[in-house]
Amino acid sequence: MLLSLSGISRRFPGVVANDDVSMNVAEGEIHALIGENGAGKSTLVKIVYGLVKPDSGSMKIDGEHYAPLGPTEARAAGIGMVFQHFSLFDALTVTDNIALGMDNPPPMRKLSVRTRELSKNYGLPLDSGKIAGALSAGERQRVEIVKCLLQNPRILIMDEPTSVLTPQETKTLFKTLRKLAESGVAILYISHKLKEIRALCDRATILRGGRNVGSCVPSEASIGDMAEMMVGSSLKSPVKKSRNRGKVVLEVDNLCSDADSAFGIALKQVSFKVGAGEILGIGGVAGNGQEELLAALSGETKVESNTIRLKNEPIGHLDPDARRILGLLAAPADRMGHAAAPNMTLVDNAVLTGNRRERLSSRGFINWDASSQFCQRIINAFDVRTPGTWNTAGSLSGGNLQKFVIGREILQKPDILAVNQPTWGVDAAAAAAIRQALIDLARNGSAVICISQDLDELIEISDRFGTLNRGELSDIRKTESLSTSEIGLMMGGAHGVDVAHAPA
Amino acid sequence: MTDLFSINIVVLLASLISASTPILLAATGELVAERAGVLNLGVEGMMITGAACGFIVSVHTGSPAIGFIAAAAGGTAMSALFALLTQCALANHVASGLALTLFGLGLSALLGQGYVGVKPPPTGNLELPILSDLPVLGPALFSQDIVSYLALALVIAVWLALARSRSGLILRAVGENHNAAHALGYRVVRVRVLAILFGGGCAGLGGAYISLIRVPQWTDGMTAGAGWIALAIVVFSSWKAGRVLLGAWLFGGITVLQLNLQAAGIAIPVEYLSMSPYLITILVLVILSADNSNAPASLGRIFHAPR
Repeated sequence: MLLSLSGISRRFPGVVANDDVSMNVAEGEIHALIGENGAGKSTLVKIVYGLVKPDSGSMKIDGEHYAPLGPTEARAAGIGMVFQHFSLFDALTVTDNIALGMDNPPPMRKLSVRTRELSKNYGLPLDSGKIAGALSAGERQRVEIVKCLLQNPRILIMDEPTSVLTPQETKTLFKTLRKLAESGVAILYISHKLKEIRALCDRATILRGGRNVGSCVPSEASIGDMAEMMVGSSLKSPVKKSRNRGKVVLEVDNLCSDADSAFGIALKQVSFKVGAGEILGIGGVAGNGQEELLAALSGETKVESNTIRLKNEPIGHLDPDARRILGLLAAPADRMGHAAAPNMTLVDNAVLTGNRRERLSSRGFINWDASSQFCQRIINAFDVRTPGTWNTAGSLSGGNLQKFVIGREILQKPDILAVNQPTWGVDAAAAAAIRQALIDLARNGSAVICISQDLDELIEISDRFGTLNRGELSDIRKTESLSTSEIGLMMGGAHGVDVAHAPA
Repeated sequence: MTDLFSINIVVLLASLISASTPILLAATGELVAERAGVLNLGVEGMMITGAACGFIVSVHTGSPAIGFIAAAAGGTAMSALFALLTQCALANHVASGLALTLFGLGLSALLGQGYVGVKPPPTGNLELPILSDLPVLGPALFSQDIVSYLALALVIAVWLALARSRSGLILRAVGENHNAAHALGYRVVRVRVLAILFGGGCAGLGGAYISLIRVPQWTDGMTAGAGWIALAIVVFSSWKAGRVLLGAWLFGGITVLQLNLQAAGIAIPVEYLSMSPYLITILVLVILSADNSNAPASLGRIFHAPR
């Protein structure tokens, strides 16, 4: 065995992150480490990488005792790690970043030559002179991978590598990983996306509550089985009942907007209608105008007043607070810093959007009792796991904060709710809860617009479905009537395939 | 009566360099600290402490060189206090820096009691052979005191180290994203403490330059805001060593020029002339920094090692 862990335990104040975990990783194996958010996956690999010291237990590499004092020693022992939140320095160039990740880097000129060779061999194109801050998520990840590969690692740890990637980038990444595994590198792959694991990994170890609760061969196990092992109980998938579309609540007519930044996408004549009690799903690869559409709907960017009509009243010129009063609520994609202020408490965050509709203030003073009750209601209704209402939003795990952010809007009983990527980077159980909440909201007569790049999610919950490609919205079709290949074709426009010329 | 021709260009250039040296030293030190992510507002306090220590020691030993060493030690000791507060006790950078300035002003006044009116031993000029014999340029640029040359060499060394060396890269990385640097296995606190101490030593030297060479005597609060202008220069130079030099020369040059204009009796109120170096330096650097002035992303943020 290349790497073996036995009896690893690690406690943090109030939490047992790892409890007597043992596992083995063989050479050339892609080994998945799966579990819900907070199951102890990240802590375990941090122990392997020398960032966290275990309270007890031991590790071996090639049968030899291995106890790193820090990342430097871990790298010397042949372990490389690509972090979940990339550890790049935005203001430095790609080459600088790569040099920083090495213990004894060659002179800069040689380094860029080696970087170029390596990125060619593994199909990881890089522009070494670029500033890291200007790179896309996929490019940033490539830098991280190249940084690790330059040190010829024997074990490569990938922490949630696909959570920020588009499907295309994910495909490229998988190709690279398979190539690496063929050359004998062991890959420890952390994820909670079971589909990806089935497609990629040779073996999987499942963690729950910090314990190793079993292992399986992903290609032979069903997704349902693995999900059950992760969650510990059978997973409830959302129940969808066909609903009748009520009166049109929101009408978007010929909505155009300029790209807000150099990398933004302009919306081109987007038109659609949403009725009461209906979920409209808008699919497509992120970065095709999704952010811009949500901003136009929420009121973050103002548009011509008549292009958006709420119950026949033009609202395009109104700011978000005015739209909230009228019943249009929104939850943007980026929960940290956009949907919620990470350094403020949950109560503060509840007041920030709930102020008007829940009447949380009067004469300019905030009513803290009412606010904290409102916050507590969100926590109870959406099973947000937090020690209390006065904890900061940033202290919550991604899934919990997402439940809070969505719950905060749903409890305000919107006439129409627009959400963008509601289950991005959220574990299976929380994602199911959020989807169910959206379905329930629609069943109670609200209209819902769900923008997501997760196709399965949209097929599961939406009544009608359209895709957004380079700022243009496709025809909107009834979801039931669509076959998978048709949906693929609708998505196609995003990858440069001209839909009109595709065979019908 | 106005007599602009009484202003001697050679003397003006020579005194420009000498007027800019204290701020140049202090700003270079602060540049290194800020590139490592430390916002030390205590520059003024470290300068004045250095000025007092340098003055006292050189008066007693009769040696300006030992005085300068003592000044650097004094400034470093003050910065060690700052390092202890911000890096070990995780205190707020801004509050600690302001406290350091106030403390330095008080401490130096206490130390300097009884030294008012005393003359320090003179520091000789270092005439560079051949170069100092050049007409005009010789006396203007190449017959300065040794500390001015050192200050210049220091800026160049800092520029090279930051831009080209691996330690410079690590220092910039720590200032840019301390969490990522920690995750890669770099010692964030150690790098920062060293940067703070370097900044303190430089500020101390800058202070002593005022009390031993430029003035040379001891009066309370004699640095008179030089530490603050050094701080401003670092910010408005967009954390670039070359622009720090430019800013310091600009400030020194206008200071000297306005003094000469005052002496020449030009018909501008003295108050305007006195404020001109501050105004013009800031204005020029603000215009320069309009392109892309990105502060080190972790500047002034407290690093708490995740465990």
